[in-house]
Amino acid sequence: MIYKLFLKELTLELRRKSVFSGLALYLFSTVFIYYLTFSLRQNLISPLVWSALFWVTILFSAVSTIAKSFIGEKKGQEIYLYSLVSPEAIIFSKLIYNFLLCSILSFLGFALFILFISNPVGSNWVFLLTVLLVSWGFSASLTLLSGIAAKANNSNVLMTVLSFPIVISILLLAIKITKNCIDGLESSTSFDELISLLAINFLVTAVSYLLFPYIWRS
Amino acid sequence: MNKSWWKILAVALLGYSVVAGLLFDVPRLSIVNETIRGLYFHVPMWFGMVFMFLASTYYAIQYLRKQDSLCDTVSISFASVGLVFGLLGIVTGMIWANYTWGSPWHGDPKQNGAAIALLVYFAYFILRGSVTNQEQKARLSAVYNIFAFTAMIPLIFIIPRMTSSMHPGSGGNPGFNMYDLDSRMRMVFYPAVLGWILMGAWIATVLIRIQVVKEKIEDIEDEQTR
Repeated sequence: MIYKLFLKELTLELRRKSVFSGLALYLFSTVFIYYLTFSLRQNLISPLVWSALFWVTILFSAVSTIAKSFIGEKKGQEIYLYSLVSPEAIIFSKLIYNFLLCSILSFLGFALFILFISNPVGSNWVFLLTVLLVSWGFSASLTLLSGIAAKANNSNVLMTVLSFPIVISILLLAIKITKNCIDGLESSTSFDELISLLAINFLVTAVSYLLFPYIWRS
Repeated sequence: MNKSWWKILAVALLGYSVVAGLLFDVPRLSIVNETIRGLYFHVPMWFGMVFMFLASTYYAIQYLRKQDSLCDTVSISFASVGLVFGLLGIVTGMIWANYTWGSPWHGDPKQNGAAIALLVYFAYFILRGSVTNQEQKARLSAVYNIFAFTAMIPLIFIIPRMTSSMHPGSGGNPGFNMYDLDSRMRMVFYPAVLGWILMGAWIATVLIRIQVVKEKIEDIEDEQTR
């Protein structure tokens, strides 16, 4: 069931390509603005500024991507799905789909950063793993929040307000690992942070799974 | 409600902690000096805040299980008291930091964690404000409350312990350490913590009763206009 719902999301996305291409353009414009505004003086972007810019960009594009997962849905469609499948199947399909979207966007962002700005991390598998873990964490926490925000008025503003305090712990850990990678420390030094990131991801996923049925019912 | 012994206890403990906190002997330490008395007033705010948010989350879970609107009222009352405690904790901490660290805001991990904890509950109140349907409001805010509290656990209890901080207990700062708190200070500190928690619970019960009475008045007015 999860697989079928996931396929449904994917087909819908592929059918109207505008959403994904819109997001890709959004990401491109952001990075290009960084490039233009920072290129007034060479070498203005130090590695630490790079990591801050990178993660903030990823955060904002993740929020605007995942906010669509419930806000875009029509009323009748929800009732139809509600009568057909269990809420657990819906949350998991959305989660997997958002994780896929989020990691594609993150890697796209990384590529754009390398192209336009610089690549202080090198080809470091710890960093790539972090990007994957953060995409998972973002999709797990933001999917539930977009479900909440979709039920309320002015949902776009609300989505941002609700999500920031929650994803901050993920973001802080990611920035710390990125700093380790930039400093060229051995991968074993980031091990603690990676484990905590994984633990937070499991925590957030489990709580989303438990709480989603309550939102879905209303 | 008639058992008021714990309210008397709260007043007695707080009265004692104010008098003793300002008058009793304290250990002399460099830099901290007399500002060490801030311990009696700043740290209990955090204990109070964590307990209030814990209670708020507990009642949010109860609401989801029972769908009883009273649980929602209890949950929001505890959250508001916790928010006040958090604000007071930040303000007292900033005053203290101004004297010992040199400036009110230092970007200390615990300070940032506390600020984020407050952001979470501000967002909680904004969420409540933007949903109109009463039942949906209660349910969504209960879900957010539980989710936010779980996401806050790593932020408040785990990450500050992994990074160095200027707060005592991590990083090796000059000043006292929680684990070698002078025994004379313990005699004032623990009563203050207990006193503030009880005081917070008292304020919350008053808020709950006000809310319940308001709902009753609204019900009566509804019937009269019919």
